Amino acid sequence: MRPFHYRAPRSLDEALALLTPQAVPLAGGTDLFLKMERRQTQADTVVDLKRIPELGRIEAADGGVRIGALALMDSLGASSLIAGQYEALTRSARVVGSIQTRNRATLGGNLANASPAADTATPLMALGASAEAADATGTRQVPVDQLFLGPGRTALRDGELLTAVLVPALPARAGSAFQRCVRTAMDIALVNCAAFVRLDGDDPDTVAEARIALGAVGPTPLRTASAENCLTGARLDERVVEEAGECAASDAQPIDDVRAGADYRREMVRVLTRRAIWKAFRRARGEA
Amino acid sequence: MKREMVLNVNGEEHDVEIEPNRLLLEALREDVGLTGTKEGCSIGVCGACSVIVDGRLVSACLTLAAACEGKKIETIEGLARDGELHPLQRAFVQFGGFQCGICTPGQIMAAKALLDHNPNPTTDQVKEWMSANLCRCTGYYKILESVMAVVEGKVDEGRRDEAVRQARIQSLYQSDTYKSNASD
Repeated sequence: MRPFHYRAPRSLDEALALLTPQAVPLAGGTDLFLKMERRQTQADTVVDLKRIPELGRIEAADGGVRIGALALMDSLGASSLIAGQYEALTRSARVVGSIQTRNRATLGGNLANASPAADTATPLMALGASAEAADATGTRQVPVDQLFLGPGRTALRDGELLTAVLVPALPARAGSAFQRCVRTAMDIALVNCAAFVRLDGDDPDTVAEARIALGAVGPTPLRTASAENCLTGARLDERVVEEAGECAASDAQPIDDVRAGADYRREMVRVLTRRAIWKAFRRARGEA
Repeated sequence: MKREMVLNVNGEEHDVEIEPNRLLLEALREDVGLTGTKEGCSIGVCGACSVIVDGRLVSACLTLAAACEGKKIETIEGLARDGELHPLQRAFVQFGGFQCGICTPGQIMAAKALLDHNPNPTTDQVKEWMSANLCRCTGYYKILESVMAVVEGKVDEGRRDEAVRQARIQSLYQSDTYKSNASD
C-alpha cells in the first residue's frame, strides 16, 4: 500500500474536521485496503473511525432501531434488538463473508462501499430504513433506496460521513426475509433479495404493503415496483407470488460476468423473490 | 512517517517503529519477529493470517497494525504454555490435521476463537465457522476431526482404532450441511 497519514479521532466532530478531500474514512477496511492495494483510491490520509464509541452503538430509537455506522456485522447479526423483528437484516448480516470479515466489516462500510451486491442493502431497503449522513454543518437523512447512484457511488456529498442507519418501527402484522445465492461459501452474492410484507388488519391473507429489493442484478441494489404493485392489495396465493416473481425478474437488469450469466441471474431473481415473499408472509402471520 | 508504538502480542509488550500503512500481518512477522502467522491470499479470503484481536478472530492482512495499539493480539506462538502444546495443537499433531502446514496457524487460531466463545460446537458449527480457512492439501476432514477431538475431550487418547476412525470420518461427511445458499 502506498504511504498515508493515519488519524484515529475519538469524536465525530474531530472526524468530520479531518475528512478533507484528500482523506478517506476507514471503517472495517475489508474493502478499503483492497482498493488501496489496487490504487483505486488516491487518499493521502486515512481517518480511522473505529475509536469513536458513539458510532458503534445499536440502540432502540423512535420505536425502531438506530444502528451506528461502525457496528460490526457480527454484532448486527447477534443483536437482540434486531433479531426477531428485522429478520431480513439479521439473516443478511450473518452471511456476509466469513467470521474474520464479520469481525471487521461494518454496516456503514457495507453501504458506503456501494457494491451492487452489498448483502445488507436490500434488507434495509425492504425495511424502509434511512441512512443518517453528517458533515460539519449538520445531519440529514437519506432513504437507503436513494443512497446508491452506481457501483461504488453514493448520494453522500464530499466531506459527508454516513453515521448511522435508522430502521423504522416494525408495524403490526409485518415480516421480512432475505434470500441469496452464491457460488462458493465465501463469494459475494450472485443475486440477493429481501422482502417486506405487511398484512391487512382485517384479512390476514391480504397484503396491505410490500417492498421487494434486489441485489447484484443492476448497477445498484434496486426496488422492484412492479412486484410490489402486484402484491399490494392482493390475497396471497401461489399464482400471485408466481406473478410477483415474474415481475421482479423483468425489473432486474443483470449482466453477464465471471460469477454468473444474466439469464441465470434473472431466473434466480424469480426463484428467490418467491421464496422471500413466502417467508416474509409467514413471519408476518407469526408462523415462522 | 514512522511512529513508535507498543503492540501487545501474547501478553508481551513489543516496542515497534512502523509506518501507518503497516499491516498487522507485516508488523507481526517483520517487526515483532513472530513468523507463525502466515500470508496467503492477502485479501482476507484464505484465513492463513487469522489472529485474535481483543477476542475477535480477524485477518491480519486486512488490519492495520496502528489500529491494534492498546489491544490484545493473540497469535499461534502464544498457545503453548511452559513448553507444552495447547490441546488444539496436540490434536492437530495426533489426528493429522495438517500436511504442508501453511494454513495450520490460521486453522488453529480460528478453532481457538470458536472454542473460546463456544466450547461445545457441533461439527456443522465448526465447518461454518472455519469455512474461510482454506487448506490446499485438502485436509479438511482431519482438521475437523482434530477440532472435534478437543471438543469431545479425546486429545491424548492416541490414534484410535482405524475402523472407528473411518466410521467417524464417514459421520463427518454425512453432516455436511453447508448453509451458504440457504441464507434464510
